[in-house]
Amino acid sequence: MSLKRNILDLRRRKKEAQQGGGEAAIGKQVAMGKKTARERIRAILDENSFHEYDLFVEHTGKDFDMEKKVLHGDGVIIGTGTMYSQPVCIYAQDFTVAGGSLGLMHARKITKIMDHALKMRVPIIGINDSGGARIQEGVNSLAGYGEIFYRNTEASGVIPQLSVILGPCAGGAVYSPALTDFVFVVENISKMFITGPGVIKTVLGEEISMEELGGALVHSEITGNAHFYALSEDECFEQIKKLISFIPWNNTQKALRFPTQAPTFPVSIEDIVPSDPHYPYDIRDIIKAISDSSDFFEIMELFARNIVIGFGRIAGNTVGFVANQPMFLAGVLDCDSSDKAARFIRYCDAFNIPIVTLEDMPGYLPGVDQEHAGVIRHGAKLLYAYSEATVPKVTVIIRKAYGGGYIAMNSRHLGADFVYAWPTAEIAVMGPEGAANIVFRKEIDEAENPAEMRKQKIQEYKDKFANPFVAASKGYIDEVIEPLETRARLIHSLEISENKVDKRPAKKHGIPPF
Amino acid sequence: MEENKQKYEVFIVNTAQYYTLHTKKYSMRKKWQPVDLNEVRSFIPGTILEIYVKAGQDVAAGEKLIKYEAMKMETILEMPFTGKVKEVNVEVGDKVRKDQALILLEEPAE
Repeated sequence: MSLKRNILDLRRRKKEAQQGGGEAAIGKQVAMGKKTARERIRAILDENSFHEYDLFVEHTGKDFDMEKKVLHGDGVIIGTGTMYSQPVCIYAQDFTVAGGSLGLMHARKITKIMDHALKMRVPIIGINDSGGARIQEGVNSLAGYGEIFYRNTEASGVIPQLSVILGPCAGGAVYSPALTDFVFVVENISKMFITGPGVIKTVLGEEISMEELGGALVHSEITGNAHFYALSEDECFEQIKKLISFIPWNNTQKALRFPTQAPTFPVSIEDIVPSDPHYPYDIRDIIKAISDSSDFFEIMELFARNIVIGFGRIAGNTVGFVANQPMFLAGVLDCDSSDKAARFIRYCDAFNIPIVTLEDMPGYLPGVDQEHAGVIRHGAKLLYAYSEATVPKVTVIIRKAYGGGYIAMNSRHLGADFVYAWPTAEIAVMGPEGAANIVFRKEIDEAENPAEMRKQKIQEYKDKFANPFVAASKGYIDEVIEPLETRARLIHSLEISENKVDKRPAKKHGIPPF
Repeated sequence: MEENKQKYEVFIVNTAQYYTLHTKKYSMRKKWQPVDLNEVRSFIPGTILEIYVKAGQDVAAGEKLIKYEAMKMETILEMPFTGKVKEVNVEVGDKVRKDQALILLEEPAE
């Protein structure tokens, strides 16, 4: 008898707390084209798998009349559930409760679920939708952020950490996503910045809209803060599910294995690369031509487009692809592309994902802006990441491999396990045009017809050096292969490398140039 | 796959010409300009509080040119060499961007 009353009371309390900020606030959220925090969690997790914790947590603010206010769950929902029937931890800030502002208890809830994720070695997904620090709670909210950042760093490289920006994420709050592995943004909904447009206008006199300052596209295309760009929340949730299917649950496991599927790309791999080496093609077509079901999941698609990174599967196993993209800036390496690829390589290395490098790279991007932006220091990140990685590393040189870039793109010299080259490969210290000008300067200058002589010498250099056979003769590449043999070679190389052991000297950690 | 060559732009790497697309960031980048020592520029965005000189005035090295406020700090720009003020491009109360030419100078005629 009496039990029933208690149960009904519990149900009533739960229902009330689950309303978050109430109907009016939810109405506003919907009017902004946003889903509620609970809807978002449900959309990401397996059906009916969500278990919520800390629903009845209350805030501890005492100043500015805060003690009179009820903030359900203190503006954040935390819990566990499953994806692909595997456990994950999740939290979602609830903008309908005090603008999702972060107070002490709000932060405690987040750190609680983060601690849980780290202990249980399962991925954590954070959905950010918050106006920022709860000013009434003063330094307590700053403490909260700090404790989140500390845990982000502690968990980095141990469990996958995904940040989904589905609303404002401003000021100090931006640094939690920045510390995590993958950041998802949605057009018109995500806004990330340290200092908002209002302050920028007052202090600096610069007028800019929120979208132009820190909208989804800006972070996907210009800053490189975001990894996945979607036009709607639903598309974003699909991206999360797809990403999760490619990565292992923690750093001691391997990614889920799928049945081998043949590529379905309609064009033959022999017909993708143009015969004139000065013309571009889409390197992603080659990735599709060699991966299972031609399914390539690109990461940071819009940022530093001169390099392509992402996941695919070869013979059912996840691999990380790193590939120069001749379609953009001729596929050169520069500050941004080195940075983009280096971080991805370190992700793959931390989570036992083999790296397949496809190389078609004419050199480093020339220019004062690049030199002054620190292309030396940023470019070094790529060398560091490849050299440091102990997962299986396979390189296929498709076309150009010139100069310092040849070394950087997972060459034998940086510890590649297998290096293949197509017969179209040009492996040399620099392109024929530049090299001929230097090597044969005297002959060209003294010739009766210097232009004719230059042409002749360029051809001479091309025939002699712009091919894979010089490098093959030194053993720097293992085999010159036909394009059609690429997939079979990759399958075999990865099979052989399955139990690769690569022990490095013990150290606390290295000092990468970041 | 070579059907739409016309959409590509020429891009030069180590004297070789490639046909490719530009990224947005690459197109947006500012061309590097050598520093012109006759321009006094704002090194940080701010608001002009005081202007101590007029166009045509002779000024000795080290004398005050402009006071402006930025990031809650007052900054005074001084005359870098003895010479003449050619142009003053700002007024008191103006908000200036970073790297805006505030004053143009002239070296004294020999």
